[in-house]
Amino acid sequence: MDVRVSGVRKEFDRFPALHDVSLDINSGELIALLGPSGSGKTTLLRLIAGLETPTEGKVFFGDEDASLKSVQERNVGFVFQHYALFRHMTVIDNVGFGLKVRPSASRPSNEEIRRRSSELLDFVQLGGLEKRYPAQLSGGQRQRVALARAMAIEPRVLLLDEPFGALDAKVRKELRRWLREIHDKTMHTTVFVTHDQDEALELADRVVVMSQGKIEQIGTPDQVYDTPNSPFVYGFIGESSSLTVRIDNGEVWLADRTLGLKSDAPDGNATLYFRPHDVELIDGCGGCIAGTVIASRRVGATRRVELEIGGAAERVEIEIPADHPAREKSRIAFRPKHWRVFPQA
Amino acid sequence: MRHELPQPPEAASNVWHPATTESRTARFILVGVALVFLGLFLLLPLIAVFFEAFRKGPAAYFAAFADHDALAAIRLTLLVAAIAVPLNLVFGVVAAWTIAKFEFKGKAFLTTLIDLPFSVSPVISGLVYVLLFSTHSALGPWLKSQGIEILFAVPGIVLATVFVTFPFVARELIPLMQEQGTTDEEAALSLGANGWQTFWHVTLPNIKWGLLYGVLLCNARAMGEFGAVSVVSGHIRGLTNTMPLQVEILYNEFNTVAAFAVASLLALLALVTLVLKTLLELRYGAELAANGGH
Repeated sequence: MDVRVSGVRKEFDRFPALHDVSLDINSGELIALLGPSGSGKTTLLRLIAGLETPTEGKVFFGDEDASLKSVQERNVGFVFQHYALFRHMTVIDNVGFGLKVRPSASRPSNEEIRRRSSELLDFVQLGGLEKRYPAQLSGGQRQRVALARAMAIEPRVLLLDEPFGALDAKVRKELRRWLREIHDKTMHTTVFVTHDQDEALELADRVVVMSQGKIEQIGTPDQVYDTPNSPFVYGFIGESSSLTVRIDNGEVWLADRTLGLKSDAPDGNATLYFRPHDVELIDGCGGCIAGTVIASRRVGATRRVELEIGGAAERVEIEIPADHPAREKSRIAFRPKHWRVFPQA
Repeated sequence: MRHELPQPPEAASNVWHPATTESRTARFILVGVALVFLGLFLLLPLIAVFFEAFRKGPAAYFAAFADHDALAAIRLTLLVAAIAVPLNLVFGVVAAWTIAKFEFKGKAFLTTLIDLPFSVSPVISGLVYVLLFSTHSALGPWLKSQGIEILFAVPGIVLATVFVTFPFVARELIPLMQEQGTTDEEAALSLGANGWQTFWHVTLPNIKWGLLYGVLLCNARAMGEFGAVSVVSGHIRGLTNTMPLQVEILYNEFNTVAAFAVASLLALLALVTLVLKTLLELRYGAELAANGGH
């Protein structure tokens, strides 16, 4: 099922949570809404589900305007951050709930509900735990029950709010891979919210990066990582270093020296962004960034050094090979291999 | 052959105790004070009630209930509770739901208002109805012309009782529902349940123990209320006397045995309420704990 969010704005008590957000989700896609807290990602998810109504704009499921429909009519599978399992029901009753509350015309028989629920429990690898209560399950198991319960209603879209937020690091990684497998088997159109970039990049077909109620960038994990289109995305996804530069006639200048980099940004002050690991070290300096090493740390397979550029005016971090003989106070010259310049406001 | 396990030095175990545990003497004194207080102020009066009731033997005790007026008082009390408790059950759930699950202007005011019956003297609660419905009030003449009797009749007693016992259910539920939030309800709705199904299958089971507890307390108070009911009842024998009022009348007539006999029923009610509550906690203790209790 295609999902289209079109020009949606949402205000809570006149406090804007989303400004004019538009997003096309293709059928069968696995989409991550990624952003810091307060970026509006959960609000967007709840709007798609129908748990919130947009102040302006529409949500389409296929060609049908879903904005006019209630959450019950939208037939979405929603997995809540803390799962919201029904405490007083056994695992199997939780999974069968969505079928049990259907109007009698479309409600399967009790045996059918039981059979389908237990099939789903097997599918999420919880066979044998039918009679347990949610309180008797681990966090990872509850997460699976919540997912099975959401899938039981044969949803048109699967929506997950911080699906791994409440789990410890190890279980989180396992479940992440497992969710990807589940998605590849069922091909449900799936949207999940996360603030964890690793999760988004590893799991999603496309990542929607959000900040302050706006979509900053939509793209595949490669696109958002390799070609961030805003200072925010540069800073939020992966490591980044930045330097204040000046653009003059299409040339990038650092203080009184040209860096030998071309930019089509307008003339004036700007900020140069690059990845600390995506630089080449060069000897001698005709068009490069040179600085004095003020700190050096060994990080995994590489060495990360902090450089003072232009007489203590600015500091940047770059990564160099671990065997590089960089000492404090020595000078290093480098040039970013991939970079981008954003005009300063 | 047995292996000798190294024993910890004995002196150490006598001297050392966890930081949060008081010494033996302190514990003894604290427990003692609590027990003596409970005995003097709660248990002794309770025993006194039954002692006075049976002072002239079981025959005199049971004779008290053969009295026409006493039976009428018991019937009236049961009737009033049977009306007031279900009403407050519904009002309480609605009020708690409104306050816990919605945001609206005047919410703080409503929350305070719910406590009003607790903060105001029951006599005042009764007087309010007298001022509202008496023949000198604005409503009085109209009610009289329609032939509706409220004051000094059953409706007035029910109204006063509902007023006084309103907070029990609501107050028990509000913190519980606030703590539980709305995600369970949202989950049910997203799975396709309608409003009623959500309430019946999700909300109600989540609050049932709190609700039952509130209803028990509400019932105990509804049957035992004296002040407010006394003002609106008119003390018409065999007609508008509830059990507490009957006790007072009998006592003022120096009919001690009968007074205490009726009082013993009220005391029994209190005991039954306590036993029920304890039983519920024992029977469903595990589930209560699994639900986070309340």
